[in-house]
Amino acid sequence: MSRPRPAPAPRPPRLPPTLAANPVLADWLDLGEPGVVTIFSGKVEYGQGVWTALAQIAAEELDVSLRRIRVAPVSTATSPDEGTTSGSRSIEESGASLRQACAQARYVFLSAAAGRLGVDASALGVTDGEITTDAGGTGLTYWSLAGGPGRGLLDRQAAEPRPAKAPARWSVAGRSAARLDIPDKVTGRPRFLHDLVLPGMLYGRVIRPPGAAAALAGLGDPRLPSGVVIVRDGSFLGVVAPADRAAVASARAVAAAARWDVPPSLPDERDLKGFLLSAPAQAVTVDEHHDEAAAASVTRTVEAEFTRPFLAHASVAPSCAVARWHGAQVTVWSHSQGVFALRGAIAAGLGLDVGQVTVNHVEGAGAYGHNGADDVALDAVLLARAVPGRPVRVLWSREDEMCWAPLGPAMLARLSAGLDAGGRIASWRQDVWSNGFIGRPGSGGEPRLLALAHLAGGRPVSPAPDGPPTGAMGSTRNAVPGYDIPDRVIVRHRLLSMPVRTSSLRSLGAFLNVFAIESFMDELAAAAGADPVEFRLAHLTDPRARRVIEQAAQMSGWAGRAGQRDGAGLGLGYARYKGSAGYCAAVARVEADTGVRVPDVWVAVDVGRVISPDGVVNQVEGGAVQSASWTLRERVSFDQTRVTSANWDTYPILRFTEVPRVEVAIVAAPGQRESGAGEVAQGPVAAAIGNAVADAVGVRVRDLPLTREQVARAIEES
Amino acid sequence: MEQHELRMTVNGASRTLLCEPDAPLLDLLRHDLGLSGPRFGCGLGLCGACFVLIDGQPRSSCDLPAWAAEGRQVTTVEGLMDGETLGAVQQAFIDEQAAQCGYCTSGMVVSAVALLRGNHSPTEQEVKEALDGNLCRCGAHRRIVGAVMRAASEMNGRSTR
Repeated sequence: MSRPRPAPAPRPPRLPPTLAANPVLADWLDLGEPGVVTIFSGKVEYGQGVWTALAQIAAEELDVSLRRIRVAPVSTATSPDEGTTSGSRSIEESGASLRQACAQARYVFLSAAAGRLGVDASALGVTDGEITTDAGGTGLTYWSLAGGPGRGLLDRQAAEPRPAKAPARWSVAGRSAARLDIPDKVTGRPRFLHDLVLPGMLYGRVIRPPGAAAALAGLGDPRLPSGVVIVRDGSFLGVVAPADRAAVASARAVAAAARWDVPPSLPDERDLKGFLLSAPAQAVTVDEHHDEAAAASVTRTVEAEFTRPFLAHASVAPSCAVARWHGAQVTVWSHSQGVFALRGAIAAGLGLDVGQVTVNHVEGAGAYGHNGADDVALDAVLLARAVPGRPVRVLWSREDEMCWAPLGPAMLARLSAGLDAGGRIASWRQDVWSNGFIGRPGSGGEPRLLALAHLAGGRPVSPAPDGPPTGAMGSTRNAVPGYDIPDRVIVRHRLLSMPVRTSSLRSLGAFLNVFAIESFMDELAAAAGADPVEFRLAHLTDPRARRVIEQAAQMSGWAGRAGQRDGAGLGLGYARYKGSAGYCAAVARVEADTGVRVPDVWVAVDVGRVISPDGVVNQVEGGAVQSASWTLRERVSFDQTRVTSANWDTYPILRFTEVPRVEVAIVAAPGQRESGAGEVAQGPVAAAIGNAVADAVGVRVRDLPLTREQVARAIEES
Repeated sequence: MEQHELRMTVNGASRTLLCEPDAPLLDLLRHDLGLSGPRFGCGLGLCGACFVLIDGQPRSSCDLPAWAAEGRQVTTVEGLMDGETLGAVQQAFIDEQAAQCGYCTSGMVVSAVALLRGNHSPTEQEVKEALDGNLCRCGAHRRIVGAVMRAASEMNGRSTR
């Protein structure tokens, strides 16, 4: 029984969510310094170019030149809380809020100028910060109106949303701008947290246990240089020294004097399938749509399983942090992607009030998810506690970075699809087994920082949550195929034990799910006797999806491909990221004989409205190269007690002579909202390579990475 | 730990350093001389982030004991400026927007300068081979190769002008 519902009232326009949560305009921009606009965002820069794009947005909306915009470093003390810088959401979230804050600020200044000049605000314009009339400049500027240092006119709540400038009138946004941070980086000027030197700074190192579940059984009497302090709490062991060299040498001496119990705790790395399928798991349906007629029309069923191993972030810089205690207050300098969550986790972990902790962001090297940045911050806080008033810098070793930072989880996807007599997909079932991806500090209400597990009375970090059970989140991100399929069931099996610590890595489950779905689409196309591109288009009505596939096919010369198989092949992969964000199609060309090489990848993306086209291309190129490296090469190795892929010799990534040439095309969609470019390529590129390998060697390889050994095994088993 | 006096030329200036002779050169450059350009990446000479020129040859400094640089010419990315002006390779990295995070950039610039000193017109393949010891995790490879090719052509243009 259903009652008729009243027609919904038209919704008033709303402020962007992060502006609504941080509604004072002066929290977003400051004009205290003449000629300069300082903008505040809660999103951090880690080489993805987000600050440059945010500066473009502000310059555009305020009508000032880009060179006047300065981006303030993110700090829990001074920045709006915009959550974590992750999920390709920075332009969508922070960009929208800054745009609206700047539009409102512009109006505030125009109104003030109108009052002074005795004219209507609508008769005024702005040229590079000066208020103008039809007759020209008025001598009034944002800065003269702002009234010098202090929050001034902008110390007010955001009002009703104002219309932002139409993209058709953009002159700064929508065009590629030179990144603000690159000049420092080509000259080696101090810019990274690793370069920060504070007065009186000391150097700390942590001696990590020699196994994932190891416990400190005893410590001899290491000979240490004078001035070196040992910090020992349970199985947490560190040193603080006057110089980094002394800290490294002392850590080595302490490690040699430590005795550990090292119980086996890790699964069999050669049988990840067995581990994933036998561990206790919680099953939840993330998408279910039944169509009995479609299910009954199935004449042929196809099944397959796809896996990925554990993957490492493997940033070129190991994680670093600085901390300093002053009485009960602690200040932390960190390259965390979420300084507010880190502040909360440090406070919760150590029983402090959040007000006692300040976290300042300083740029680190590239971040591709939840790496060691947060963990090393707590290490620094713990070591600095031993030397009150002195800043302590802690740098992880390469080995700590590879072995102790959270990893991207191993996964298994089991797919089953039914084709009808006409060769259309009628039904689809997908089951995904994985540890959780949402293990950042604060997730599930727990601090989730590494050292807390090692302190006296500490417990291992609990199994990572996986986020809401949807096709947009966690291990089932992109597990719901983006095709028109009437009968479908998608199930998540989240593992309830976590022998290997896992958390977010670029694109979360989308990397394997898209690899699996798009590999499977090629298998289904073959079963239906259809061309892979035609087969996909036959199951896609969304014109934006069709456009990127057609564009990638055209760029790669797909239509003219013929006579593949003698060791060379082409393959295509497609996905709409999260099912609701950017569209991406990729075609890869591979050469497979004694190994797999990928000379070329063509990528077409539609990420909605674009602020900096070169910024988008840079992100997509980088995503494609990193995905190719994961797909062809990468696999974390471990024995019964510890991760053994501890450096670049045991965890190789693709090098200059091995990376594909990547060509990126942006399919214009100026009327669509911005949707982020950093992660769209991960799945489609992997799938394109997998399909190209199958095209080249005639055999499907379903277990990543696609190494020579895996290809040989697949050929043997075929 | 016994300290020794070591002499070397760093970015054109002669330096005397008091240190343990087996201290890594990188450590002296960063901590004793305050040069932030050479960066720590792995400690085993496997990633290239710490590359410097030793008598003109690119070399990792994280695994090079200080004594091995005694009496040598050491050049870091800071020493590749042309006075106050950017060197051709540095400028080309900006022109091509050849970075994402940029942590590996110093080492890339050092390797590229060494290549171009010995080979004024490298092919793309030669550039890739010269940079093969430098890891980039962000995937800026195409831009970096493009920057080195651009620097080569700018330098050739300048010398024939």
